[in-house]
Amino acid sequence: MSDADKSDISNLIKLFGPGILELLKGKQVELEHVEIELEELELYLPIGGTIAGSYPTIHSSVIQDTTGPEIRIRPRPENLADVPFNPSSIPYPAKIREIKLGGARSDGGTRGSTVTVGGSSSLPFHDPQSPPPHSPVISLDVFDTPVPMPKALKNHVKDVLDDPADWAKMNVEQFGADMVTVHLLSTDPLIQNRSVKDASKTVEEVLQAVDVPLIIGGCGDPKKDAETFIEISEMAEGERLLLNSVTTDMADAKTLEPVCRAADKCGHCLLGFTGLDLNSAKELNRRIYQFFSPDRLLIDLTTVALGYGLEYSFSIHERARTAALMGDSELSHPTLSACTNAWSAREAWMNLGPEFGRNELRGPLWESIGGITLLLAGVDLFLMMHPLAVSTLRDVSTRLMNPKPLKPEMSEWVSVKI
Amino acid sequence: MKIGKKGIKEISPIDVYKILPRTNCGECQESNCMAFATKVVNGEAVIEGCSPLYTPKYTKELEKIQDLLAPPVKTITIGTGKRKIAIGGKHVLFRHEFTYHNPPPIAIDIADDTDPDKVAQRVRLIEDFSYTYIGRPLGLDAIAIRSVTKDPDIFREIVHLVCELSDLPLILCSYDPEVLSAGLSECADRNPLIYAINHNNWKEVGEIALKYSCPVVVSSQGDLSLLRSLVTTMIKWGIDNLVLDPGTFHGEQIGHTIHQFSSIRKTACSEFDPIFGFPLLGTPISVWAGGELSEDLNRWQEAYLTSMLITRYADLLIMHSIEGWALLPQLIWRFGIYTDPRKPVSVDPGVRIFGSPDAQSPVLITTNYALTFFTVESDIKAAKIDCYLIVIDTGGLSVEAAVAGRYLTALKIADSLNEFKAGDLVSHNYLIIPGLAARLSGETEEETGWKVLVGPRDSSGIGQMIRERWPPVEE
Ligand code: SF4
Repeated sequence: MSDADKSDISNLIKLFGPGILELLKGKQVELEHVEIELEELELYLPIGGTIAGSYPTIHSSVIQDTTGPEIRIRPRPENLADVPFNPSSIPYPAKIREIKLGGARSDGGTRGSTVTVGGSSSLPFHDPQSPPPHSPVISLDVFDTPVPMPKALKNHVKDVLDDPADWAKMNVEQFGADMVTVHLLSTDPLIQNRSVKDASKTVEEVLQAVDVPLIIGGCGDPKKDAETFIEISEMAEGERLLLNSVTTDMADAKTLEPVCRAADKCGHCLLGFTGLDLNSAKELNRRIYQFFSPDRLLIDLTTVALGYGLEYSFSIHERARTAALMGDSELSHPTLSACTNAWSAREAWMNLGPEFGRNELRGPLWESIGGITLLLAGVDLFLMMHPLAVSTLRDVSTRLMNPKPLKPEMSEWVSVKI
Repeated sequence: MKIGKKGIKEISPIDVYKILPRTNCGECQESNCMAFATKVVNGEAVIEGCSPLYTPKYTKELEKIQDLLAPPVKTITIGTGKRKIAIGGKHVLFRHEFTYHNPPPIAIDIADDTDPDKVAQRVRLIEDFSYTYIGRPLGLDAIAIRSVTKDPDIFREIVHLVCELSDLPLILCSYDPEVLSAGLSECADRNPLIYAINHNNWKEVGEIALKYSCPVVVSSQGDLSLLRSLVTTMIKWGIDNLVLDPGTFHGEQIGHTIHQFSSIRKTACSEFDPIFGFPLLGTPISVWAGGELSEDLNRWQEAYLTSMLITRYADLLIMHSIEGWALLPQLIWRFGIYTDPRKPVSVDPGVRIFGSPDAQSPVLITTNYALTFFTVESDIKAAKIDCYLIVIDTGGLSVEAAVAGRYLTALKIADSLNEFKAGDLVSHNYLIIPGLAARLSGETEEETGWKVLVGPRDSSGIGQMIRERWPPVEE
């Protein structure tokens, strides 16, 4: 195992060749895309209308039932028919709210970069003529206390596990994170029960270490999280944090209102979390609207690992997005997915024997596929951990939004020597 | 647009009922025709269940009903006998509208320049590949034989060899009519899928498809107008056992793949366009034509591309990677996305009994999230343990989520033990809780009066835990 223990991102980059390396150099990739867009304009001349051409009937009864299928019934056509394809493009009546995360100096914050999520006006990657207006955003996790973590994840961050600020720096500088999520699990009253002052100090340190926007994760206790979020809201006024999350439990514990009011007053954003149920998501949103602007609310509909119900997450996101585009404003919020949940699947980390190795690839692939699947369902913001999964999701989303011109020979697999 | 065609969600039970014999004879195992009609439109029964419909008296009605219920994407069958596969048969664009039918079979390629020993080895790998997921075996479905040498005799030999080794359905891959004829001379009776008709060979390969009456792929890589033209021509010619190949592009062109597959399927399912109403072939094997530097990078790309095609409308897939790490997520994702979306997220709380437990047997707890329960259930069965499992109502959340969200608490555990009379089941007072709920152990001992044993974090470890730590040693 000692070799595997030593493996780090640079080994993986070697392993995967220069393709991945190029991806990790975020800025260069972006510059290239300015050119791509110009090329794409030519490729996708706007076309409207419906499908042209004639429609032959294909019922076998018309071909005569009495004859066997081997017998030629019709003569071979002399020439190829000419039936052009003009896909129709029907606009949706509504669009997803667009939300900026991170407060720059002009907003009263200190962030050097900000991100914008949402704004989609059509189903994700169905219609090449209306791509999402913003690239999906990737946030990498930081924990303020030791958490059990599979080796494949720990290997990349083992030097910074005890220091959230260094960890955040590594996420941004080495792994290309657009945002950092600080999980304040140490505040959990059932475990360490650290004070909200401590938590606030941790966040302050991370704010100083990196200048990307932050997501603040609580411990799940509706009372303690409320205290933590209120304290941090005030400490970081103007930073436009995303508070992860507000829940139905908070509403029941009567802590929803104070959290919403503090976040609103200090200019932060909220994440409403519900468990795979659109009705509760809508209900929670309505409760939040009483004290907080819908224009700064994101939603988390729950992400389950591949093999443990990813299909539930997939379908609920497709349903929410379709309903929102059709005009359901209670669902027209940008969505967030915790793809790191992939690692709760045993198939992501367990040694399943030689026929299912290599274990060091199966794990990040599990996280990648969970993320890409929900990208296809329209998710706007991803919480991730493994560097290879991060670069793969970035790779795929960039190329989905801006595919390079077709090279038909690229798909000529039939006679290729492998 | 096909005039008057209704989508499966617009068809009411009455529409079907009106055409049924309406005798309430009960041969379909339903109490009456209306009940049967309701099941049919919900996708829970097929019209073949109504045997009277298949008598001469009802020929017209049968035809009407078949027409009414015909999926906008045709079903095509490949292979024969019990291993034959059905592809397509799709009704809707979105899984939440109606259960997706016919999970896309995965074919693995064999090139005709492979040594016979290696062919045998690869066929065995394909046949034997299996992973047990919540108690069900997941595996591979077909073999795609590729003409790399472009020599008809070599192709014939390899097809012959594969036929001797396996009865899996076959896909014969070449654009050369002579090569395809050579292959078909060996296996036409096995109803293989012919790959492929394209704009250069359509006359010759069309003749072959008619001669052997096998299903055939129409290929037009990246040009959907040409694809429509080819399909229209084939239909006019009387060839309608078709599969569509719009080309699977990877890397920097991956966006075209997703757009094209989506656009074809939308045209078929939302506009009932018959020309695009055929199953779609995805060929993630294309990544191997891209000239990447590392094999692992190819496998990596092939793996995520396959998962994207399972999500976006492929009805049949050809892959090259046979490595378990690349295939496993495909098999599991395919299983998941093809389950009934109405299947509840949760199971009923209560006591489940495994084997024949007695008063000394272990008592375990878990949550009522369906996938959590099925996983624990299949692990306990695999480990052959006699025990009681108490399924606690966490609103359908997994253990981890339920603990974090306070849906699984010491109090909740205590209430459930009382409600389900756990104390009456056994004479000891040891309770095994999931490793992911370890933080609740102290509180749980206080609330329940039971002694808590913390189980494994993953239920696959239950067998080992019981072997090593049960019965518990009294302090
Ligand atoms: S078998 Fe057919 S006719 Fe008989 S009850 Fe069922 S649906 Fe009605």
